[in-house]
Amino acid sequence: MLDARRPGLAHACAAVLRRDLTLAWRQRGDMVLPVLYALIVTSLFPFALGPESALLKRIAGGVVLVTVLLAMLLALDAMFRSDIEDGSLEQLMLAPQPLALMLGMKILAHWLATALPLIVVAPLLAGMLHLPAAVMPVLLTALLLATPLLSLLGGILVALTAGTRRSGMLLALMLLPLCVPVVIFAAGALAAAQEGLPWTAPIAWLGAALVMAVVLAPLACAAALRIALDS
Amino acid sequence: MANWIPLWLHKLSSPPVFYRVAGRLRPWAMALALLLGLVALYGGLVLAPPDYQQGDDYRIIFIHVPCAWMSLFIYGVMGAAAFIALVWRIKLAEVVAMASAPIGAAFTFITLVTGSLWGVRMWGTWWTWDARLTSELVLLFLYLGVIALHHSFEDRRQGARTAAFLALIGIVNVPIVHFSVNWWNTLHQGSTIKLLGPSTIAPSMIWPLLTMMIATKLYYLASLCGRVRSDLLALEGGKDWVRQIAEQEVRG
Repeated sequence: MLDARRPGLAHACAAVLRRDLTLAWRQRGDMVLPVLYALIVTSLFPFALGPESALLKRIAGGVVLVTVLLAMLLALDAMFRSDIEDGSLEQLMLAPQPLALMLGMKILAHWLATALPLIVVAPLLAGMLHLPAAVMPVLLTALLLATPLLSLLGGILVALTAGTRRSGMLLALMLLPLCVPVVIFAAGALAAAQEGLPWTAPIAWLGAALVMAVVLAPLACAAALRIALDS
Repeated sequence: MANWIPLWLHKLSSPPVFYRVAGRLRPWAMALALLLGLVALYGGLVLAPPDYQQGDDYRIIFIHVPCAWMSLFIYGVMGAAAFIALVWRIKLAEVVAMASAPIGAAFTFITLVTGSLWGVRMWGTWWTWDARLTSELVLLFLYLGVIALHHSFEDRRQGARTAAFLALIGIVNVPIVHFSVNWWNTLHQGSTIKLLGPSTIAPSMIWPLLTMMIATKLYYLASLCGRVRSDLLALEGGKDWVRQIAEQEVRG
């Protein structure tokens, strides 16, 4: 029998999502930082490689992809940090609702707060490096599939490092092997599109991986969190 | 009937029993590993004929290939131990998984170094972004991630369990990485020695290779025993059996 005082699953999900988004919005400055970082890194490339537009055009897709990835890595560390510090993550673990679903909502909120602004500025970054306009939709599609994948994979790793004090470099070391396939397929789609070849196959692989990750990553994240905070 | 096997395994998972068994096993495994390693080196470097195309340069495979096999084998052992540690919460499995990581990382590193030494003579470059090389490099990063995560916790057991989970994620990741980089770029030759079907290598070259493979396996066993023994002593510091060992040592 259902307890009438216990809020429903949808209600709990919405509450977690609303809380995290409100918190992110209250600290808008933190949301802008990854975007600024991406802008700075992208504008450094022409200085380092020379301003020839032929060269920049060739590397534009890859540079934007890697820059967005690094900017996300920068923000990944903070995914659960404040919740661990004020104890609300422990409360979430004790809650009657399934932890995996709640963490999935937290990851979604984190993706909305950090990756979405990056995707919005991605055309600007690509434009700075003269990416052909025809490739722009492919870049956006690849980013729309690759960034949630990275957020989900990153969520597992952040959960694993939840019990440690400083985890910035550690996260980078652990995320690298996981993001290699993501980068390969996203960059593969971009390279194919730039040469006028069909690019749907790598995008489809990314989509398949994303579907798998949406189902499995929150479960893995919950398991990892229970291990890392179990003392 | 064959009841004693699970019983014996069950007993072996108790730290004091494993400590004793490993202590007895270690010198034998190490001695055999050294002996077989020397035999394999002699067979590979002196007895085996030079390759008709690569001359004497190919001889590095007697180190390179067994180490590459070990780098994957040890990851498999680590993953299996990590699974056992997480599912059944067996302390020994945690220790075995974490003690395997540095040994596996060392074998992976040797594979990469010997491979690039061979590559500079044969391909004319120290490094290329080929599929197999890249997956081996990613494997090294996986090992390093497990080691780093293990050491970033103050509580050793918690660190071991967390790193074990990362090792399991890596087990899922290794085939994905392998498949994706294969799709991306391939230069490295395929396998010459096949478990199924005929191998395409001369018998005079294969026996040192297989001997070296057994030698590396035995070395891993010996090294694992040593590491697990010292880790067990550190982990079980307050227990009675450790005190007895310490008292025995003092009495001489």
